[in-house]
Amino acid sequence: MILTTVAQRRALLDGARTIAMVGASANPVRPSYFVFSYLRTRGRYTVAPINPGIEHIDGVRAFPTLAAYAAEYGPPDIVDVFRKPESAPEAARAAIDAGAGAIWFQYGVIDAEAIALADAAGLDVVVDRCIKVESARFDGGLAMGGLNTGLISARRRGA
Amino acid sequence: MPAPADRAFGFRTRALHAGTPPDPATGARAQPIYMSSSFVFDSTEHAAELFALRTYGNIYTRIGNPTVAAFEEKMASLEGGLGGVATASGLSAQLTTILALAQAGDHLVATANLYGGTITQFAVTLKRMGIDVTFIAPNDIAALIRAIGPSTRAVYTETIGNPAGNVADLEALATAAHAHGVPLIVDNTFASPFLCRPIEWGADIVVASATKFIGGHGTAIGGIIVESGHFPWGSGRHPLLSTPSPGYHDMNFAETFGEFAFLMRARVEVLRDVGACLSPMNAFLFIQGLETLPFRMPAHVANARAVADFLASRAEVAWIAYAGLPGDPSYALAQKYLPDGAGSIFSFGLRGGRTAGAAFIEALELWSHLANVGDAKSLVIHPASTTHGQLSDADMTASGVRPEMIRVSVGLEDAADLIWDLDRALRRAATAVRA
Ligand SMILES: Cc1ncc(COP(=O)(O)O)c(C=O)c1O
Repeated sequence: MILTTVAQRRALLDGARTIAMVGASANPVRPSYFVFSYLRTRGRYTVAPINPGIEHIDGVRAFPTLAAYAAEYGPPDIVDVFRKPESAPEAARAAIDAGAGAIWFQYGVIDAEAIALADAAGLDVVVDRCIKVESARFDGGLAMGGLNTGLISARRRGA
Repeated sequence: MPAPADRAFGFRTRALHAGTPPDPATGARAQPIYMSSSFVFDSTEHAAELFALRTYGNIYTRIGNPTVAAFEEKMASLEGGLGGVATASGLSAQLTTILALAQAGDHLVATANLYGGTITQFAVTLKRMGIDVTFIAPNDIAALIRAIGPSTRAVYTETIGNPAGNVADLEALATAAHAHGVPLIVDNTFASPFLCRPIEWGADIVVASATKFIGGHGTAIGGIIVESGHFPWGSGRHPLLSTPSPGYHDMNFAETFGEFAFLMRARVEVLRDVGACLSPMNAFLFIQGLETLPFRMPAHVANARAVADFLASRAEVAWIAYAGLPGDPSYALAQKYLPDGAGSIFSFGLRGGRTAGAAFIEALELWSHLANVGDAKSLVIHPASTTHGQLSDADMTASGVRPEMIRVSVGLEDAADLIWDLDRALRRAATAVRA
């Protein structure tokens, strides 16, 4: 299912524990490194870089392929994709084969074939969103930065 | 906990709730005033992540503060933007915005009919810093297009010009600016987001003096920047955002932060280095003000209309410039951009010129003679000798200030009392002119 609402993205992030990041970079000024570092240091998720070009990022072991990760740790809850749109279908097929529950296409990673493949295989699909931004929307991070979370609630967060 | 369904909450609901949920730390229902200069880190790793901008959190109140952030988010919600950066004043909101986009050698285009302090900021202070501003006649789209060159970084206007009261053709200005790759910055001080949301008409950045209607009570000085999130900051038009920054270990803001590039740079480089931050105490006062904005603005508009109708009916009044009056040159634009009212700040001139104007202001009992607008109390001033007094004659004419002009900011008193006082003062002024 393609997730389009705030509530759906919140439910996905609340339920997930493992995130495999396809195309994660060890270069500290790349957006994917920012997202990796944010998710890792929050402590809530186990994050695995998937990138054949690197051994590890900040001491976290990287895997050459999603299949290699799944062979050892089983299906990831979310596959987060930092690839060019042309490579998105390949990432979608790998996520399906790895048994992932959801696939998350980062900003600009928009490809109709990849979306249709993942959706047809029963994965939850998020498109053209940043998993760091959405995660921070719900954990108070965005609000701390003066950013518009769009959230309205008279309940205490976490209560 | 069931996640709330997506819902587009109304303006009044957001004025009360956006950015100010119950305090996560204490459950306090009112927004606490976090009067702390600095915030402890969880660990050295946490500190490093914060300084590298890889995680969100509080470091030091010059860069961010929980009470200030609550105000920023509320304003961003009300203006319909991606996020906000609050500043020490309206003028520093403008300067922070411009310094996030432009440096020495760069150029801006601005409509000429601006607040006097803005004109001096642009024509004198920015010029000294090497940023050149070309002023064009209001809504002259052909002149705007002629003025935009390769080093132009933004176009600047006011929703309702101070004090001439003319309404900007926001949609036309935004379309022309975008066609030339440049963002539109709009000072929305006189309208407030209740009467106009420039982002809905294509504006990219909204700035405002929170000192006026946002606070509403004439207590605190402050400013706010809100950005739409729609402008392509990575296009190359703004090298400060799309090339490696020596101020931040060679980070390329557009590449790293995407749609957040402008807001991030405005905060972590400009606010950090220029230092015009908002006090948490003042942010609290603005939050209190915003809760009642949707109720104050219609009352301001109704009183302004009553006062304008009264003045228009009087023989002593030579002219009146209120975009809310049928027949005003800005009336059609006001109908389009300000359907709920053209605000409550306008100007008029008395027969008998400056002499009559001075006698009129001195005879008022209930209207406060001071240099501010947007207070709950009614205010009056003579711009040519005060707010716009530092301008050359030519700049004064271009900004729409006439020597006999009187500017009023109509407050929330009983309209009958305001009119009673105006009537007394008009009679006194007529006597002064005859004498
Ligand atoms: C339209 C407008 N913009 C900006 C400002 C500057 O705001 P501040 O006095 O908060 O710096 C003013 C102040 O009068 C104003 O009227």
